[in-house]
Amino acid sequence: MEVTFSQVVAWIQEFGVLIGKNKEYLTDLDSAIGDADHGINMDRGMRSVIEKIGESVGGDGEVATLLKTVAMTLISTVGGAAGPLYGTLFLAMAKATSGHEHVDQRDWAAALQAGVDAVKARGRAERGDKTMVDTLEPAVAALVGALNDGASSADAWRAAESAAEKGMAATVPLVAHRGRASYLGERSVGHQDPGATSAWLLIKAAAGAFGS
Amino acid sequence: MKKLINSVENVVRDELAGLGAAHADLLKVVIDPTYVVRVDAPVNGKVGIVSGGGSGHEPMHTGFVGMGMLDAACPGEVFTSPTPDQVTAATKAVNGGAGVLHIVKNYTGDVMNFEMAAELAAAEGIAVEAVVIDDDVAVTDSLYTAGRRGVGATVLAEKICGAAAQQGRSLTEVAALCRKVNSQARSMGMALTSCTVPAAGKLTFELGEQEMEIGIGIHGEPGRQRLPLASAHEVVAMLAEPIVEDLPFRAGDTVLAFVNSMGGTPLMELYIVYDELRRWLGDRQINIVRSLVGPYMTSLEMQGCSITLLRLDDELIELWDAPVHTPGMRWGA
Repeated sequence: MEVTFSQVVAWIQEFGVLIGKNKEYLTDLDSAIGDADHGINMDRGMRSVIEKIGESVGGDGEVATLLKTVAMTLISTVGGAAGPLYGTLFLAMAKATSGHEHVDQRDWAAALQAGVDAVKARGRAERGDKTMVDTLEPAVAALVGALNDGASSADAWRAAESAAEKGMAATVPLVAHRGRASYLGERSVGHQDPGATSAWLLIKAAAGAFGS
Repeated sequence: MKKLINSVENVVRDELAGLGAAHADLLKVVIDPTYVVRVDAPVNGKVGIVSGGGSGHEPMHTGFVGMGMLDAACPGEVFTSPTPDQVTAATKAVNGGAGVLHIVKNYTGDVMNFEMAAELAAAEGIAVEAVVIDDDVAVTDSLYTAGRRGVGATVLAEKICGAAAQQGRSLTEVAALCRKVNSQARSMGMALTSCTVPAAGKLTFELGEQEMEIGIGIHGEPGRQRLPLASAHEVVAMLAEPIVEDLPFRAGDTVLAFVNSMGGTPLMELYIVYDELRRWLGDRQINIVRSLVGPYMTSLEMQGCSITLLRLDDELIELWDAPVHTPGMRWGA
């Protein structure tokens, strides 16, 4: 099944809505082990994104161009570590889908995989470092695995969403190795990572948009 | 939250408007992308020096723009690193043909945003060198962490490199000097209270009346350890010991001692800390030959202080003493 332009728009919009709703929750998580601004920064960035892509809604266009707009807007408005990391994710997805006339679910999963790989390279983070990678990597692995096994896109995205949630929850007992939380060392243990949490919202929004 | 502001959204923009108006003889403020730049930039043939980071640490960095220190500073949102487009625009604005040095504090976000900006500037043919400052001994440096935080040494590096650039040294020389300052400086901080990020509206962490945090950073993040409140005498020992052991500083060393307020601690307490530090170092035959006491790298209204020691040689002393004229630091000019 093909991934449509309007599905991608719906994904981004739903991510913006979820970030807005969970702004305080993300900031609270960040105040325990970081500097209390993750929700605020992501909300500022996603508001700009929604405004920027407003014209595209209901229309038709290039998925790659849309993703690039999202990337550049996040890079220039979020700041912190989240700006370059989410920006890099969308930029790599834009590259992966550029020039494709049709993007099917497998191409889309591959684009997401490229996005996650780029995030790992930019942040020099691996799974287990207590970052967004802990949510994204298992989610994409579950998605790709399910699609390879011939699952429907609905089932594949359900698997991705549940893997993302497990990955996020698994950051609680970890010692942070990247980002500001790493400066707390052992004191970061027992807190859910805010980046892993916003990444879960990203996958949750994607499951809603592409899993039907 | 009790703050003298107009709106949470416009804190940084309103602040910059005031800074620009108050110091129009030294700097100008550019908005979208936002940066603060010397009025006479770019200075032909001089290495440009750009730093930046989250707002909320004033006077660092915007208050250090002017003659003999920074050519431009990129302020991010409160406690949030600036974005690559800001840094790239500032880099272009100060490039006088001799290249640009980026002085970056070691925080994941700062490092990534400056890295992306350097890539963009390089693509436009500007020579950029970046030096990452990581002087905080509170953080265990290992292969598995993002390394140490950049704190007080940043102020000293900006002053010393600013003087060297003003003298006409090359980009390679100024960058090497910046690495030297970083390698010879160590810091550690403590907090008596937390602070309130305007957009969050509440204290970042709660600290009891009889508690203090040792080994904090400059973003209101908790420190390494929470301990019962102690005297200035005891606190100085807790901060100075790990600093001196780490480099290590030895008997006979000459140092610059920097006692910094996190924003909410008055000079009265800073001088008490300075005096304790002077005695503590004196007992170990470590000689203070230059000092800096005051709020230079703050954390909003947080109460607390940090200590930075920099091992000096004749070259560093000469550059430290060189004239500087910025809103936050001025002597000899």
